Amino acid sequence: MDYLTWASKIDVCIFTAEMTFFTHFGSYLLFIKGMFSKPEKLSVYIDRTITEMNNIGVGSLSIVVIIAIFQGAVTTLQIAYQLISPLISKPVIGSIVSDSSMLELAPTITCLVLAGKVGSHIASEIGTMRVSEQIDALEVMGINSSGYLALPKIIAGLIMIPALVIISIFLSNVGGIIAGEASGILTSQEYLQGARESFLPYNLFFALVKAVTYAFIITTVSSFQGYTTNGGALEVGASSTKAVVYSAVAILFSDYLLAQLML
Amino acid sequence: MIELKDVRKSFNGEEVLKGISTKFETGKVNLVIGSSGHGKSVMMKCMVGLLTPTSGNVFYDDRDFTNLEYSKVREVRKEIGMLFQGTALFDSLTIEENVEFTLKMFTKMSKAERRDRVDFCLEQVDMPGINDKYPSEISGGMQKRVGIARAIALDIKYLLCDEPNSGLDPVTSRLIDELLQSITEEFNITTIINTHDMKTVFDIGDDVIFIYQGYNGWTGKVKDIKHSDNETLKRFIQASQFD
Ligand SMILES: Nc1ncnc2c1ncn2[C@@H]1O[C@H](COP(=O)(O)OP(=O)(O)O)[C@@H](O)[C@H]1O
Ligand SMILES: [Mg+2]
Repeated sequence: MDYLTWASKIDVCIFTAEMTFFTHFGSYLLFIKGMFSKPEKLSVYIDRTITEMNNIGVGSLSIVVIIAIFQGAVTTLQIAYQLISPLISKPVIGSIVSDSSMLELAPTITCLVLAGKVGSHIASEIGTMRVSEQIDALEVMGINSSGYLALPKIIAGLIMIPALVIISIFLSNVGGIIAGEASGILTSQEYLQGARESFLPYNLFFALVKAVTYAFIITTVSSFQGYTTNGGALEVGASSTKAVVYSAVAILFSDYLLAQLML
Repeated sequence: MIELKDVRKSFNGEEVLKGISTKFETGKVNLVIGSSGHGKSVMMKCMVGLLTPTSGNVFYDDRDFTNLEYSKVREVRKEIGMLFQGTALFDSLTIEENVEFTLKMFTKMSKAERRDRVDFCLEQVDMPGINDKYPSEISGGMQKRVGIARAIALDIKYLLCDEPNSGLDPVTSRLIDELLQSITEEFNITTIINTHDMKTVFDIGDDVIFIYQGYNGWTGKVKDIKHSDNETLKRFIQASQFD
């Protein structure tokens, strides 16, 4: 086969891939648009949102705590290792660890883990309802099924995931202090001095913008994957995997985009 | 009354429903019969909008359901109760919460009123006292009956059942049939039942439509079905065990 045929084949492949992407992205946007209609009953939606806040927030607390402490501790050791020089004062380590926790590590790592935990749960729950016709049953009752199922999860995520990120920021500093003291690298006073000196309210705002963005990505992408499941139990598993992979990629992509736009 | 006018449905260019026109009368048990895979479920899903017909119209008492906007569609759907082949009960909710669901969403009933209504509906299907169980904790036949209770919780006008007694033992199967018939008469609703069980047809049917390869193969009264000279219908009846 000559070069031109190959080139046109590749062209067709890229074109098909693009079309598939845009078709999916289009139906994702339509899915989000479709959720918004007058709620059949507000109190039911509020109840469901509170339940989901409990599922997402309280249910993920322990894993977030563990990750945050270790991440802060490891970063401290690593920064200290990379900055062995008598010219650099100890508090600098504290300021670097607290800044990088706030700007990148706490929001992004926490949310990548939540994409796995919360995302796969949402996708498999909604996916199971799809393949067992429970979503059809909701629709025939006259209920906006996407709104009823996904909206409470999205709102709960938008509230709870930023809260978890704030906890994570706080605890990664705790982890940093503990590691500093335990290894004798720097004292807690030195750590806190550095952290305080470099603290900018804008950085916290940036972290929250990231957290809200990631929360939206995780909950909407996973709901969409679950809702569009087609087939049986096997496909529910596949949707759940896709939910995690697509959320993670979208998080990293928007991470870059936000850094570019806001820093 | 539900009316279909030349309803067609294709999947990927392959036509499954090939122009069905028929009327389902109020206060009667309307049966849709035909072999497996000939389009009964697709027709029912087109009627409630779970599938969009490729062309044709579905009317609910003169409301052109096919061309309504989504918010209006949902209004009509509040008058429809549907029984799914796989029951489709909400497995994260108890039996009581399942039956209560539409009451909670669409009425201003108090908790106590809802409880009374749930008990009433469960009694209608002869399943009292299982309020706090989960769907996974009861048998298939009981699930079907709870499905009926859930479908009739609101005052519905139309009851659509897809193979309500498939996979059930003969006794439970007859029980469900009788239940559907008595509900239809008591509440004067339009009931449509998909089935390939000829026993159901002769026990409770009023009007019958025979779907054959996506066509409306025969329409008529149950009492005329045995004297029909339609060859495919004759073969279908002979093939079913009832002979
Ligand atoms: N979602 C779908 N996509 C493609 N084909 C379908 C779909 N649903 C049903 N069909 C096809 O339509 C035909 C009729 O199916 P169905 O209405 O389920 O039959 P039955 O009369 O047993 O209920 C079958 O050949 C089936 O393969
Ligand atoms: Mg069927």
